[in-house]
Amino acid sequence: MPDSPAIASSGAATAVETAHAAAHPDYLRHHFESVEQQADTTNFAMWLFLLTEVMFFGGLFMAYLIMRNWYYPAFVEASHHLSIFWGTTNTAVLITSSFTMAMGVWCAETRRKKGLLLSLILTFCLGLVFLCIKGIEWHAEWVQHHVPGLHYSVESFVNPASDPEIYAEYHDRALSPAMALRTEMYFFLYFAMTGMHALHMIVGISILGFMILRARAGSYTNGHVTFVENVGLYWHFVDIIWIFLFPLLYLVSRHG
Amino acid sequence: MSTSTIVRLPDQSTARIPRMNFLSRENGLLSWLLTSDHKRIAILYLISITFFFFVGGALAGLIRLELLTPQSDLMATDTYNKVFTMHGLIMIFFFLVPSVPATIGNFVLPMMVGAKDLALPKINLLSWYLYIVAGGLMLYTMAVGGVDTGWTFTTPLSTHYLNTHVISAGLAVFVAGFSSIFTGLNFIVTIHKMRCPGMTWFRLPLFVWAHYAASLLMVLGTPVLAITLVLVVLERTVHIGVFDPALGGDPLLFQHLFWFYSHPAVYIMILPGMGVISEVISTFSRKRVFGYTAVAFSSVAIAVFGFFVWAHHMFIMGISNYAALVFSLLTMLVAVPSAIKIFNWSFTLYKGSITFETPMLYAIGFLGLFTIGGMTGVFLGTAGTDIHLTETYFVVAHFHFVMVGGMLMAFLAGIHFWWPKITGRMYPEKISQLAAVVTFIGFNLTFFPQFILGMLGMPRRYASYPPEFQILNVFSTAGATVLGVGYLLPVLYLTWSLKYGKIAGNNPWQATGLEWQTQSPPLTENFTRIPIMDHEAYDYEWLENQQQKEVASA
Amino acid sequence: MTEAHEHQRHIVSPKVYLAVFLSLLCLTALTTAASFVELYVFNVVVALAIAVIKAALVVLFFMHVRYSNRLTKLTVASGIFMFCVLVGMTLTDYFTRAWGQW
Repeated sequence: MPDSPAIASSGAATAVETAHAAAHPDYLRHHFESVEQQADTTNFAMWLFLLTEVMFFGGLFMAYLIMRNWYYPAFVEASHHLSIFWGTTNTAVLITSSFTMAMGVWCAETRRKKGLLLSLILTFCLGLVFLCIKGIEWHAEWVQHHVPGLHYSVESFVNPASDPEIYAEYHDRALSPAMALRTEMYFFLYFAMTGMHALHMIVGISILGFMILRARAGSYTNGHVTFVENVGLYWHFVDIIWIFLFPLLYLVSRHG
Repeated sequence: MSTSTIVRLPDQSTARIPRMNFLSRENGLLSWLLTSDHKRIAILYLISITFFFFVGGALAGLIRLELLTPQSDLMATDTYNKVFTMHGLIMIFFFLVPSVPATIGNFVLPMMVGAKDLALPKINLLSWYLYIVAGGLMLYTMAVGGVDTGWTFTTPLSTHYLNTHVISAGLAVFVAGFSSIFTGLNFIVTIHKMRCPGMTWFRLPLFVWAHYAASLLMVLGTPVLAITLVLVVLERTVHIGVFDPALGGDPLLFQHLFWFYSHPAVYIMILPGMGVISEVISTFSRKRVFGYTAVAFSSVAIAVFGFFVWAHHMFIMGISNYAALVFSLLTMLVAVPSAIKIFNWSFTLYKGSITFETPMLYAIGFLGLFTIGGMTGVFLGTAGTDIHLTETYFVVAHFHFVMVGGMLMAFLAGIHFWWPKITGRMYPEKISQLAAVVTFIGFNLTFFPQFILGMLGMPRRYASYPPEFQILNVFSTAGATVLGVGYLLPVLYLTWSLKYGKIAGNNPWQATGLEWQTQSPPLTENFTRIPIMDHEAYDYEWLENQQQKEVASA
Repeated sequence: MTEAHEHQRHIVSPKVYLAVFLSLLCLTALTTAASFVELYVFNVVVALAIAVIKAALVVLFFMHVRYSNRLTKLTVASGIFMFCVLVGMTLTDYFTRAWGQW
């Protein structure tokens, strides 16, 4: 690893820098004393960022909790219109992508370039698969007129028999017109939560794409794994959000 | 009080600004816009927040001018609504929240902990750019017609009834929130990971402790505001949402989520100011801050308790009486650490060698005004009293005593205190002392009458009022004029001092912080050698010995 | 700066990852299966309990918190704590709003 003079840009501090020249790879930023300090610092910063994300999604979960308790029948029947099959499949897809991401981190730590590339590409593709399945589900909701604010229809809730498949499975009773209107609230929160989650997925997938290009050029397998680790943390966090969204939106109301 | 001054300037006939420093290192606009030096970013921030302060101040001037007479004659009532809303939004999100942390904190915090820079310099620059984007959005909002919901974005007013520019204002605050999150995150990481050898937690200056506590609030509270504003914007665009009662939502849910951030936000605004006061009071009484540990922990205690009291903004909004009782009791808890700070600063003054340079004048002003502001906060935190006082000018006076009397005084104290470090030159002492006194007088004249107006029942947020309130309002407007002069003076003489101020030397105040043990203005990398902290904070004997050693070796 | 150096990077073996991955898949199957059984109020409890276990597995192993320093553990804990404060303190209002009004 050649020492890059470009990094040790700080004029007068070169005295300090030369003292550490032995342990001074070119990815060490000038204001850190050591590679460990830099790795620890960025890792901690990533955790703090995830902390803000917890509070960000926290507000949404809070709203869901209150509204589900207020409009329980509407939330129960509305959730019957989601596909548990696609939901479960998507959970499995996302968990698998978390696994491949974790393997990617391991490959970077143990300096396996091919393994890293494979893991990143798999994670990237699984992320896309997740979004595609999400798209299929959103499309189904669009077809059923369940997209709030656009051309929403309460037909499926004031007249459950109009949706024969779902009626056959759940035998939902017709909701009062007032309560049926509140199903729109469920779908609003559903779209807000899954949409916000999908937005985080898109950001993650974009970063993965960038990383695949860098990894092909040999980055991350030179001992500098912080970036891979931090993206891994982000990816797992997005996974955790889904782990909670899945039961709350799809499962808990099957038996109202 | 035998000595009249502690200022020790170098011989002006031979003194020079160091040739190598962070200002002289690179030139050109790009060297500023692409910098990752925390000191340059601090200056970028200082210029931007000063700009927004004067925009917000001009709006405040308009408000006071309108209130000079009982009728609404200067502007239409809905224009008045827009003016006080924009005043609130700009002052809170574009001045008070970033004021001390993003300028002074950015500049001196890394030096205080003995680091070459903040832990994440690029994120620091990103935070400034986000601030500029947010500021641009806010100015756009103002240019196209403003927003009149009040700075609180109260639903369903903001989502349903008004046709003003809630969306762009909401997005501006959303983006400004991320700027603040990144500053806070950077500080926490820096304080944890970048301290120099020997710099233990209990050797950190109290300024750093205060910023640590404020940063915790930024990181934990701001995201909740962000998601709340996203929901408001969505509700406005798709007309479905969780806040509008006509659509089955709960406006109180908005209030809960909003105040979960916005109550801690007042501690985001005041805690860094308290950090400045600790430094200034200690330096100008030549004593270690009395009860260092208690003051340090009281900062953290304010941050923690701050998250348990938010519903005291909602006592009259229809929350449960039992919840009001709990939140009212918890609110009293915050008074304890705040009082600890005030008492400990007072004990620091006791038997100290006090001198009255400008920063100290501002700091002493802070002590008095913050105490009044804090105590009236206890009135408002008491559920019963609050029902009478809330939504009156009493509340307006209360938070202006804390925010303007507290935070703005602290900000000015800090700017004067660190001005020699930032620029290498002294500000002119006499005129700045005058400015401090003018500010204090103007402030009291402006806001003290508002306590009385509130007690008498004058409601806030109206352009007109019954004629019997006029005399007090005239006092208030007159005071605002004096206050305006008090704020204009520093801009003038501080700009003047950039070229004509006396050369300050490394440590004109004989202060003990690490930032004073290096040249002014500092080098880009702050220290020629990473310092080793071998003494406690505020150890004036150590400083004395250090200087004797230097004299002996010279 | 002891905390910066006490932490030696721990490389988690792929075997652990695989075990965690398989348990996550099993738990997903379990939670879906459980939702088809009528458990009344316990449907929610079971679903959330399984979600918490899954999240804990991800945090502890995939995100390496089990092998991390105290600071990281504290950060995770404070995230959970603040979320509980947000929900819990808000619920003090929602739970008691109707008290004394019947």
